[in-house]
Amino acid sequence: MTERSGSTYTPSPERIARETARRRAARRSTYSAAISTLVVSLILIVAVTSAPGWPRVQTSFFSWEYAVESLPLIVQGLWLNLRVLMVCSVIIMGLGLLLALARTSKSPVLFPLRALAAGYTDLFRGLPLLLVILLLGLGVPGLRLQGVPNDVVFLGALALILTYTAYVAEVLRAGIESVHPTQRMAARALGLSQIQTLRHVILPQAIRRVIPPLLNDLVSLQKDSGLISVLGAMDAIKAAQIVTAKSFNFTPYVVAGVLFVLLTIPLTRVTDAIAARLERERTIGGAQ
Amino acid sequence: MNEVLRLQRVRKSFGEELVLADIDLSVPEHSVTVLIGASGSGKSTLLRCINLLEQIDDGQVWLDGHDISAVGVDADVVRRRIGTVFQQFNLFPHLSVIDNITLAPRVVHGVDDHPARVAAMALLDRFGLAQKADGFPDRLSGGQQQRVAILRAISTNPRLLLLDEVTSALDPVLVAEVLSLVAELRADGMTMVIATHEMGFARRVADQVGFLHHGVLREIGAPERVLDSPETRELKDFLTSVREAGRL
Repeated sequence: MTERSGSTYTPSPERIARETARRRAARRSTYSAAISTLVVSLILIVAVTSAPGWPRVQTSFFSWEYAVESLPLIVQGLWLNLRVLMVCSVIIMGLGLLLALARTSKSPVLFPLRALAAGYTDLFRGLPLLLVILLLGLGVPGLRLQGVPNDVVFLGALALILTYTAYVAEVLRAGIESVHPTQRMAARALGLSQIQTLRHVILPQAIRRVIPPLLNDLVSLQKDSGLISVLGAMDAIKAAQIVTAKSFNFTPYVVAGVLFVLLTIPLTRVTDAIAARLERERTIGGAQ
Repeated sequence: MNEVLRLQRVRKSFGEELVLADIDLSVPEHSVTVLIGASGSGKSTLLRCINLLEQIDDGQVWLDGHDISAVGVDADVVRRRIGTVFQQFNLFPHLSVIDNITLAPRVVHGVDDHPARVAAMALLDRFGLAQKADGFPDRLSGGQQQRVAILRAISTNPRLLLLDEVTSALDPVLVAEVLSLVAELRADGMTMVIATHEMGFARRVADQVGFLHHGVLREIGAPERVLDSPETRELKDFLTSVREAGRL
């Protein structure tokens, strides 16, 4: 695309004609996209609002009055979701990395650890999260163990950590295995030890490659943090439930839903932006 | 004359296949040994046995008078003293050119960041790559990448440098710039073992040329002797086919 300065270049009529045609085509597709969006939305709005049950649904799900009333409690609950998210994601990342390293190690000494790690991921990727939360939340207090907190937030977070560690470990393992073996060989030939090779050569490349799926898991964890409400933790969903139970109006659920979506949108945008940047780097650089 | 490397009856098999059969080789200090032979003749495996990326089945490898093939030798310690350059460069794509070069000095040899950087810049400057220092490997041409890989290998002042077909992945124009770098290292007195298909280069830089055929070191001697008056039929055939390929 670089045109040398100083040269007297005049675009040919063909080029001008091509570019005008391209601009016209681009304009046309923008218009048609806008028009079709408008038509589809209109049809949906008319279909829903003309339904026989609409007035009742409107009052019980979309009541402004109840929305305003429930908002403070729900926001307070959401703060719990956010704290759970922050603490859990840090712990999950650390444990997931350890698990991935255990699974990718080749050392025969670590065979038991490798087998254990494989069993762990099989178990917790297979178990529904809700089940893990219920089993831990209801089972652990039943054991009446000394020194183990029976706090529902703690037990719910523990269930999130156990389940998501299995997912994150698999993502990281895929990343580690995607680094070409010649990279390890080159590092070892320079005299780097096994651990130095991991730290300076393998992991920086592996983690960079799996950032998009990792962020995807983070978004997913953010939503699933709402499941701890089944144990009675006062999170956003529990708060909505309480207001609903008092008023027999379902608007608080909608409010909680809107808030969760508003929270995930920035995260997914960041994920997309990072994925796009990594993709651009790859195409500029060319695969090695 | 000091002997940097000595191989004694080195034997290596991959499963049923014998890839190195009783190799004897002596590499004096400041000398260049070039290994020639068809693909699959065992050149690369021999180099990988020297820097302990492969374990030998029998025989001994001596580096500066120490048996590095003995039980209990720390391969990491041995590799700190041997530089290796591969056919496919294998630069670290997530590190800039200068970080590629300073990684081993900093991490393995405990050199501080600043002196490591100064030394690396001096190397890059000497070989005309200074303006690429902060760029990333995938923005360089193949010849530049391979030159950086060679600088990375010598950044730790190794006793011995192993070059494994370092020009095989390059087009002819780029081959020349890499080979001239190797010739400069020879002038510096670097002890090298080089596996290559470049016969003209072998003739120019080698102190001794060894011909490997099916894992056997069939001939070894001064370049003129080996390349101009081959004794075995295998080497005659090999040189003929190389010459014919050159004519195409």
